[in-house]
Order: sequence, then structure tokens, then C-alpha cells
Amino acid sequence: MRTIHTDDIIKNIREMCMEANLSLTEDMKCRFQKAYDSEKSPLGKQILGQLQENMEIAKEDATPICQDTGMAIVFLNIGQDVHIEGMPLKEAVDEGVRQGYRDGFLRKSVVKDPLIRENTKDNTPAILHIDIVPGENLEILVAPKGFGSENMSRIFMLKPADGEEGIKRSVIEAVKDAGPNACPPMVIGVGLGGSFEKAAFLAKKALTRNLDQSSEKPHIAKLEKELLDEINQLGIGPGGLGGSTTALGLNIETYPTHIAGMPLAVNICCHVNRHSHRIL
Amino acid sequence: MERHLKVPADKKELIELKSGDYVYLTGTIYTARDAAHKRMFDSLLEGKEIPISLQNQFIYYLGPTPAKEGQVIGSAGPTTSSRMDKYTPAMLEQGLKGMIGKGKRSKEVISAIIENQAVYFAAVGGAGALLSKCIKKSEVIAYDDLGTEAIRKLRVENFPVIVVIDSQGHNLYETAVEDFKKNNK
Repeated sequence: MRTIHTDDIIKNIREMCMEANLSLTEDMKCRFQKAYDSEKSPLGKQILGQLQENMEIAKEDATPICQDTGMAIVFLNIGQDVHIEGMPLKEAVDEGVRQGYRDGFLRKSVVKDPLIRENTKDNTPAILHIDIVPGENLEILVAPKGFGSENMSRIFMLKPADGEEGIKRSVIEAVKDAGPNACPPMVIGVGLGGSFEKAAFLAKKALTRNLDQSSEKPHIAKLEKELLDEINQLGIGPGGLGGSTTALGLNIETYPTHIAGMPLAVNICCHVNRHSHRIL
Repeated sequence: MERHLKVPADKKELIELKSGDYVYLTGTIYTARDAAHKRMFDSLLEGKEIPISLQNQFIYYLGPTPAKEGQVIGSAGPTTSSRMDKYTPAMLEQGLKGMIGKGKRSKEVISAIIENQAVYFAAVGGAGALLSKCIKKSEVIAYDDLGTEAIRKLRVENFPVIVVIDSQGHNLYETAVEDFKKNNK
């Protein structure tokens, strides 16, 4: 049994909120460079160049890459041999977010009630996903999510007979509809299988997976590649102004599902696909 | 075509702008996004005055991150314009001439743009740190309680935008993707 104090969790989440909003992971940076090198549209290339310059400025000036510093999505994988000491865990996560968004000069983009819409002024609450896993580590993933792209995300309750063709048709439809609204080049997270809510969760999780790490299942890895290629032939391009780079990456996460269904969730992310990962 | 435009601009200059032009804006613009639009729209419905005159003005759909000490403004890129569509025709009727955001507009907005000889520009979405460098002054002038969604008066210099929908209704989001596909078959 290992004891982890919530002060430690707060400190880490605070830093991770800031870190995620100031710089992207290496896989994202590599995809940007590849896209810049291969983009066929002159305006598209210019925009990709500006986005790279933007990332440099963000790092140098410690100014967030994008003004939409998102809602804080936090995944905790808690080892079953960990004992958490201190304050209630959910409060600790929110405190970490509160401190990170305050001290990092990040935007407070959360409203308390979906209809009354009064800003909570500290970007809390976070959206917290907890899983209990073997071991005595606490794994934290902080993924701030902007809503320009979140708004363009979709769920399709496909049926078994829709098959691979139905999956492709639906993902392409979602990407086409998103177009310039989702700040292309996008990153696409696909959740396939499970139930209505499980598919949405998997799609979000897919966005946090390293883009250079394809699915372990060969038929899904093939589908990931084919879909990304098809998306990049749509011509939407950087900023939605035409080009060969519509998406930088696409990951699919799957889960067993019911004999009658094939839920499909498409979580669209802009090019500021952020996450910070730590193991305590 | 690359152009430099002083804002607010006169009618003749706005009509000359064509879909696809790359424009550097210098002058005064205002920020307003979802909540500020709703408030202005509700005030107009109730026959009340709105806190700024929109006559000949430009609105930038922006909610910036907080400025650190020594900064004019934090990260300051465009938000998705379509969420303002419901309110936009009413703003154009008030004399609004330019909108800066990103993403598609509704048919109603495009008709209102043509009718009022206004222009819709896109700034590069997700380039908030870069764009903030072109903002030289920022001052909250209304709806302070809305935080990031307050109305700000900005002084911009060579702020880079692209004409998406011009005063004749040509729409770059439609033509650019088609043209690209045609040329890269």
C-alpha cells in the first residue's frame, strides 16, 4: 500500500494545466512539420507556417497557444494499492485546475449552469474520469479541450450491417460538417463500440493517444490510416481555405459492443490537441 | 491580393475588398462574442440603447486569456462565428460593417452582409499568441461582469485577416476548397 497526499495531486494538476496550454507534445510538433513540408496549397502552407510560429511565441512568452484554454478534462488511473490522503479527491482535482488556470493566466471558460450561464470564474469544475487499475501508481492525464471543435463532434448509433463503410461515411460526414469551424488541421478521435456513453469516452481517450502509435489491432490500424488519407483528400485544408492538410492525425479506440449495435463517436479536436501526462 | 486597410473603413474601400484578399487591418475594432451579442440583441429587442455605436465599426469575435503584467492582452485568436449568426443581422442593421472570426456563416447572415455591404473576415484560428502581437491597446468598455466575454476596444496594427465573404456575397470557404480540388486532381 502506498500513500499519496492530495497536496501532491493538486501541485501536479496545477502545473499540468499550464504545461498543456503552452506547448504541444512531440508527436504533434512532428505532424505539423510534416504537414508544412508536404502542403500543396500556398495559402495552406502559409497558415501552417503561422501556426508553427504561434507555437514558438507561445513557448517564448508563456502565452497560451490558443485563447480557448478549454475545459479541463482530467483522467486519473488510480492503482488499487494506492491510499489517497488529504481532502476529497474530486475537490483536490478542482483545486489543481483552479490554481493552474489562475497562475497560468489561462481563460476561465466554464459556466455553472448550461442555461443560466454564469461563469464560475476559476474554470472549475473539471471533467473527471477515474479508473481503478492494478499497481501502486497514480497516473494523471490533463487534456484541456477547446469547444470550437468540441461543438462539431458527433455520435452515430450505427448498426452491425453498416460495417466499415458506415464508419467511414460517418467520420467523413462529421469532418466535412466541421470544416473551417473546427480550426483545421484537426485531430480526430474515434470511439467505436461499447454503448452510447462509452463510445464518446473512447473518442475523447483516442485524442490523447500518441499519434505515432497506431492501434494494436491490425484491422483498426488499417482503418485509421485509410480514414486519415480520405480526410486529407477532402481539400478542406488549413483554416478551411483549401489544401492537402485537413487532419494531422486520427486515432481509433474500440471496445466490445452489443450484438445489435455499433456505436461510433467522433470527437473532433483542433490543431491545438493538448495533453500532459504524469505518473506519481 | 494583399491590402492594407485602416479601420473603421469607408464604404468605397469595403466594396473593393474581394473574397480571398489578404488584408492587414490597422485602427480600432471591438470585441464581442456569445454573451455580449445576446445582451446587445436583447437590449435592441427591448428598444434600449446598446453600449457602443456599431455604425461603420468592426467586431472581432474574441474572448482573450487574461493579460500578464506588461502584456496588452493575452492569447487573442478568433472564436467560431456561427454562434453569433442568430444575432448578426440585427448588428448589421445597426451599421456594423466588418466581422472577424472563423468558420461558416448562415444563409441569413450572408444575405444581411450583401444587403448592408459589409464584409466577413477570417483570422487564423488557434494562432492566439501570434495575433496578440498585433494588438497594441485593449480596454474593457462594456459588460465588465462578463469577464473574457466583455466588450473590449482594441487598437490593432497590421492585424492579418482574409476576406471570406465580401460585400457581394462571394464565399471563400466554398470556392477555395473547390478550386484546390480542381487544381490538384
